[in-house]
Amino acid sequence: MTANKTLNMITQRAVEEGIAMEIGKTSKQYFDACSIIEMNEQDMKELGIMRNTNVRVKSESGEVVVKATVGRQACYPGLCHIRQGVWANQVVPPRTQSTGAPQYSGFPVTVEPAPNDKLKTALELVQGAVGLWKGD
Amino acid sequence: MPKVIENVGCPYCGCSCDDVRVTVSDDGKDILEVENVCAIGTEIFKHGCSKDRIKLPRMRQPDGSMKDISYEEAIDWTARHLLKAKKPLMYGFGSTNCEGQAAAARVMEIAGGMLDNCATICHGPSFLAIFDNGYPTCTLGEVKNRADVIVYWGSNPAHAHPRHMSRYSIFPRGFFTGKGQKKRTVIVIDPRFTDTANVADYHLQIKQGHDYELFNAFRMVIQGHGNDLPDEVAGVKKEQILEVAEIMKNARFGTVFFGMGLTHSDGRNHNIDIAISLTRDLNKVSKWTIMAMRGHYNITGPGVVWSWTFGFPYCLDLTKQNHAHMNPGETSSVDMAMRDEVDMFINIGTDAGAHFPIPAVKHLKKHPWVTIDPSINMASEISDLHIPVCICGVDVGGIVYRMDNVPIQFRKVIEPPEGVMDDETLLNKIADRMEELKAKGEA
Repeated sequence: MTANKTLNMITQRAVEEGIAMEIGKTSKQYFDACSIIEMNEQDMKELGIMRNTNVRVKSESGEVVVKATVGRQACYPGLCHIRQGVWANQVVPPRTQSTGAPQYSGFPVTVEPAPNDKLKTALELVQGAVGLWKGD
Repeated sequence: MPKVIENVGCPYCGCSCDDVRVTVSDDGKDILEVENVCAIGTEIFKHGCSKDRIKLPRMRQPDGSMKDISYEEAIDWTARHLLKAKKPLMYGFGSTNCEGQAAAARVMEIAGGMLDNCATICHGPSFLAIFDNGYPTCTLGEVKNRADVIVYWGSNPAHAHPRHMSRYSIFPRGFFTGKGQKKRTVIVIDPRFTDTANVADYHLQIKQGHDYELFNAFRMVIQGHGNDLPDEVAGVKKEQILEVAEIMKNARFGTVFFGMGLTHSDGRNHNIDIAISLTRDLNKVSKWTIMAMRGHYNITGPGVVWSWTFGFPYCLDLTKQNHAHMNPGETSSVDMAMRDEVDMFINIGTDAGAHFPIPAVKHLKKHPWVTIDPSINMASEISDLHIPVCICGVDVGGIVYRMDNVPIQFRKVIEPPEGVMDDETLLNKIADRMEELKAKGEA
């Protein structure tokens, strides 16, 4: 078992995320749909991560705590996916290769188990980043 | 008596489905039922008639709370800040009708600022490739009626465009495709085994970020050098590449649909560039077309509207006022945000708060931030001013461009909440106010 592992992360749309987004980004549905990471079972085993426990994801531009799942749309070993939205964008690098489009697909992240860390809500993450978060 | 409205447009994804049936209540204020629409579209119509809609602009107070103000105050505040700012940026337009997008162009021309749409973080690289290499495309009607081979490359319509496969590409029976799905071959190229891959005849599980190599391999085969391929390219076996290339060559009519898998990966516009080159190669032996899977129902709109007003589809620099300039990397929203170049930000019909990388949001938030959007979202919750507007396709009509550049007239199905303005009216009022202030010499 290793303490952490570098994976290749992508972030794309999921229909659950689309529905939840239209219900509202402050809704429980949006929280449930987007605060998860989908990864390969083999990687989870190596890291000693149990399904539905929290993990910390770090990239060159930030970090976020999300819940680990395998997901229906399987990733191969070494690849992981956080659905597009607030949680994914805490770690997406803003570099654009001079095209305007940030590096949403294919950037290195380290993933480590963080079973005792709490998930943050969308509002806490975004308002917290700009100094407007006042607590629950 | 409840009224049934036929052929309504759906304001969600680039499919812009225009066959929705909506049942509205007697007083025209409530939506009772929606048919022929996907799960996401249903939520939009539901939200449209929700009692919790925001009806008045809200201004952030020094203690961080939001206070209701009048539309007049909001318009005046926005106009004054736009004139004061040296390089304001207006970004969004995924969910705005073309009339609103034209009015936005007027606002930013007067303000002398930057104008950008969601394509900048989405299909912007596709535009660059299209400028360089052309765009042998078709309409979705042609796909439905003619296509017998469909390729989805780096796109997952089962999730992002829920009715794309059933309405246009795989399942419908068209004029020359009477057997529907039975006579179509579906190829999905994606690093994940997506739900779209699940319905495909062939799924090539490509190594993420190696699309360019696989396109090159296909081009080699089409040009007659298949034997020289290595045993594996981008994680895909040679035999599989040869088999799929053979299917592509023997197609009567094929279409490549490409999505964010190509535009967000390393290579960006170069991935699209070679996809277009592959389409050109295939056209020597068969008939092939290519199409970008545009995200929002009218994100094609600003590209069209601003191309005929200014000559450029996105990343517009209007700071010179008498001529436009475009240079992604320099004039694109995220890049400008990261260099901290803009000193005011207007987020309209999108949610930069949720969908920009967070370092870019932090930079933008250093300056006045206005959100023009019907809903509460991440951008509205960090903005200094939130102005609610009508929802296009629900309580205001307008022109919308589908992903294949076909314009569709969207209609309103219910009355907007009392007093709420549509984008076009609001933006024109902001422009009028700016002209007024300029004439008075207050700016």
